Amino acid sequence: MLWLLFKTFFLIGLFSFGGGYAIIPVIEAEVVRQGWITTQQFTDIVAVAGMSPGPIATNTAVFTGYQINGWSGAVVSAAAMVLPSLFIVLVVAMFFYRLNHNRVMKSVFYGLRPVVIALILYAAIKFALSNGMAAGINAHTASLLVIFLVSLYALIKRHTHPAYVLVMAGIIGMAFYS
Amino acid sequence: MKQLFDIFLTFFKLSPITFGGGYAMIPVIQQEIVEKKRWLEEEEVADLFALSGSIPGAIAINTATFIGYRIAGIPGAVFATIGVMVPTFFIVVVLSIFYGFFHDHPKVEAAFEGIRPAVVALIVFAAYKIRKSAVVDKTTFAVAAAALVLLLFFHIHPVLVIALGAAAGVLLIGVKDRLGIKTAVDDSSQQLDYFMGADI
Repeated sequence: MLWLLFKTFFLIGLFSFGGGYAIIPVIEAEVVRQGWITTQQFTDIVAVAGMSPGPIATNTAVFTGYQINGWSGAVVSAAAMVLPSLFIVLVVAMFFYRLNHNRVMKSVFYGLRPVVIALILYAAIKFALSNGMAAGINAHTASLLVIFLVSLYALIKRHTHPAYVLVMAGIIGMAFYS
Repeated sequence: MKQLFDIFLTFFKLSPITFGGGYAMIPVIQQEIVEKKRWLEEEEVADLFALSGSIPGAIAINTATFIGYRIAGIPGAVFATIGVMVPTFFIVVVLSIFYGFFHDHPKVEAAFEGIRPAVVALIVFAAYKIRKSAVVDKTTFAVAAAALVLLLFFHIHPVLVIALGAAAGVLLIGVKDRLGIKTAVDDSSQQLDYFMGADI
């Protein structure tokens, strides 16, 4: 089990450019495929990971690892996520210090960045579907959409801190959905 | 050994402030590493941040590894990496334990019911933040649209889409070069090399 966790998160770590939301669908695809966690549970994990300090992708890996196999699962997932970048950073630091000024690297990122936007939107759409935000025309779906729109407005226009938005949404949920 | 412990402790203290993306770290790193400890020059730290964004992994962790290496070689890199990871690791595990105990509680379930759409908003916001640096012209817009179609309707594995995106970048720039079309890659006024992987 631990070996499988290690292998999975090592591969994810290898592709996790930026360690942000772009890598969330990759983690989701893998952990759901392995049958470790459902998409709905995974949304909760991302929520909690987003409320904690630290990189969202690493946090998600640690949380998932803990849910699957306790402390050892968390340690193995964290180590597996960070090892690929540790090696790559060391190699770059030793040999390719001027990597950023390389034309090929720039070309790679020219294609990589729009893909990252697509990955992030894909994660958003998948989560919205699994959370019943498009489940039909009723009051509940509408209320979820309102929370979504108000949160987005607060983040973009009011520059509200993401953690604060999540906490407020939690309080509203507690008030209205219980 | 004393210096290694010092590196560990410095990044241990920095870690909890890396809330929502590693860029929150920049001013604090500058203060601690450049001004207080005088381990590195300011320009060097800026360069390291830019590089860290273009390597897989979280920017905060990569930067720590980089700076650790510049100060004390491979041992420095390892101590800095562990230092920056340990605090957030424990915070997440503690939250994970709480989640395990309480997620069946009706109040907590209700809270998560409200939080889930906010998480979707948070993710859309992440895309919104990088739109300007990611979609720089019609070609990149087409790449983004094609990638979304591949993911949504053809269920192509995200890792494969990432690899395709990198290949498409090299290919498209190559074609545009042949045709003599100027691209964002040539535009040195655009800070493409700085924060190359910003907010990804």
